[in-house]
Amino acid sequence: MTDIGFVRADMVDARPAPHRTSGAVAWAQKNLFATPLDGVLTVLGAIFLLWIIPPIYNFFIGHAVGPAGTVEECRMENAGACWAYIHSEMEFFIYGFYDIPEQWRPNIVFALGAALLIPLLMPKVPFKRTNAVLFLFVYPIVSYYLLAGGVFGLKPMPTEKWGGLLVTLIISVVGITLSFPIGIILALGRQSKMPVIKTLCIGFIELVRAVPLISVLFMASIMLPLFMPQGMTIDKLLRALVGVTLFTSAYMAEVVRGGLQAIPRGQYEAGASLGLSYWQRMYFIILPQALKHVIPGIVNSFIALFKDTSLVYIVGMKDLLEAVKTKNDTALEWQSANTATTGYLFAAMVFWVFCFGMSRYSIYMERRLNTGYKR
Amino acid sequence: MQKTLATIALAASLGLVATTAQAAILDDVKAKGYLQCGVTGGVAGFSAPDSNNVWTGLEVDFCRAMAAAIFNDADAVRYTSLTSQERFTALSAGEVDVLSRTTTWTMSRDTQLGISFVGTMYYDGQGFMVRKADGIESALDLSGAAICIESGTTTELNAADYFAANSMEFNTVVFVDQDEVVKAYEDGRCDVYTTDSSALAAERSKFANPADHIILPEIISKEPLGPVVRAGDTTWFNIARWTYFALLEAEELGVSSANVDEMLGSDNPAVKRLLGVEGDFGTPLGLTKDWAYQIVKLVGNYAESFERNVGPSTPIGLERGLNALWKDGGIQYAAPIR
Repeated sequence: MTDIGFVRADMVDARPAPHRTSGAVAWAQKNLFATPLDGVLTVLGAIFLLWIIPPIYNFFIGHAVGPAGTVEECRMENAGACWAYIHSEMEFFIYGFYDIPEQWRPNIVFALGAALLIPLLMPKVPFKRTNAVLFLFVYPIVSYYLLAGGVFGLKPMPTEKWGGLLVTLIISVVGITLSFPIGIILALGRQSKMPVIKTLCIGFIELVRAVPLISVLFMASIMLPLFMPQGMTIDKLLRALVGVTLFTSAYMAEVVRGGLQAIPRGQYEAGASLGLSYWQRMYFIILPQALKHVIPGIVNSFIALFKDTSLVYIVGMKDLLEAVKTKNDTALEWQSANTATTGYLFAAMVFWVFCFGMSRYSIYMERRLNTGYKR
Repeated sequence: MQKTLATIALAASLGLVATTAQAAILDDVKAKGYLQCGVTGGVAGFSAPDSNNVWTGLEVDFCRAMAAAIFNDADAVRYTSLTSQERFTALSAGEVDVLSRTTTWTMSRDTQLGISFVGTMYYDGQGFMVRKADGIESALDLSGAAICIESGTTTELNAADYFAANSMEFNTVVFVDQDEVVKAYEDGRCDVYTTDSSALAAERSKFANPADHIILPEIISKEPLGPVVRAGDTTWFNIARWTYFALLEAEELGVSSANVDEMLGSDNPAVKRLLGVEGDFGTPLGLTKDWAYQIVKLVGNYAESFERNVGPSTPIGLERGLNALWKDGGIQYAAPIR
């Protein structure tokens, strides 16, 4: 018998089962208690959450007074948020001084806007061109006459009566739809080789960007009337619209210019060598690429504009935030320890919903258009 | 000679412009069909949206009274909410026809801004609020106190004047916004809260326990709040002033919105003159004979407006005090209509 080496005569002991890599315990070990420091931080974090969550829950829900509550409940010791106040003053927060029997008019405007805007934002829905024409040209005219009245037997509603969320949305929608094209034109103008156009665009952008929005609005409300002939006045809403739009256009121009500069020179030259005109080159080749690069910047500007609408209180308009503040100060029948806080929380939530919506949509758009630069 | 002629021509044309401008505001307002009234952004009791989101308040009632006198319709008013910075520009530029916006009548404003104060709708003054538990009974006990004040207002200067005049010491805790001031006082960051006494009363009504706070009796400044019109249009100024007087006169004669129709048959000559039964005092103003009847019928007299908006039965709960009629111990006094 020759030695043929080692032959195993008995079974190898079973190895212990591997550490679980899935399930709650494994996850906790890996993510929460991987090192002693992690463990300490986790425990501290948990204590913090236990400390902070119950009061927040109690304020918002647990001890809060629901929409059907009364002011007496809001005034009770330990009462939380006074949602009944929001419910009761909701009309002012949404429509401002707009006459209550006439509020179906802004409602139609809201519904029409949603019906036209949502399909426009969904890439798969057909009839984009018709939809865009309706939204950009027909809708503003219809909305204006519907809101302002004075035609077709509608009761006239001067813009002083408009307020609340209505004004916030009007200013931001008009500001966004106007400042985007104006911004693109300004950005193209700034890169133009024609000296007059270039100087004008640079002058406008640098002038407007160099002053705060609040001072533009101050100018509109205090200086402008002094320059006008006696008795001639410009509507306050219009002043706010023009101020906000011009201001955002200047920022938009710089954002778009950033995108234009990211396009290699070869793209311009290739377009030119194909015999395309300047506008064809811009429309078919340069802008689609440039704008795709700067979607985050564009949406940033839009969100900033949406939040800046609350500055129009300077010209005496009552936007959502100012409407809430007015009721906080003057709705004495609703006074309680948490009334004002609840009002501001409500305004903050509404602003958050709109801004968060815009930012999610921009992420969706970025992903959809992200062809060729995927990381 | 040429120069003199030119000067005369210029003066004549200026005079012409001045005279055409004189009746202008009333004509413009009548042509528009409504009165444009400048109000605050919202001060409870003076001009604020009510639960139906309609402007109400003591100062709003003044605009409604003017509209009643001009159009026989107290609702023919449009309101422009003005910030304190833009209010005088808006008035002199013609954006509003009358400014009724808790504006203190001072000499520099009356003489330097091209505007004219009509009268005093509410005699206000700066006061102090303290916690009842502190046992303070007079502003003279406040030496060494920490005072919550809104920055950049006359309030700050008045308090400094008062404490200096009484050689007392104090510490200011200054905030930019009224809400912050109140919050700081409520949280105990200061002992005293000072502002106009009408605002003190309104803020106190918002506290959890209003009874825990007292407003000290001392009033340390004069704040006559009144409506304002553009200077240079005498007719318009007179309409505003006599609207104000009519509100007071109606109270003095016991004419209210409830009994105005009965009062048409009154034997009192003063009532007859007020309501246009005897004599015609409206036409010279460019109004109708029954202008004051319309004011009382549609808006009420001064007492009714006061009770409705800021009086003891409202959450603000202001006493008439200085704002009582002269015969009741106050200083509201109307020139006679005759």
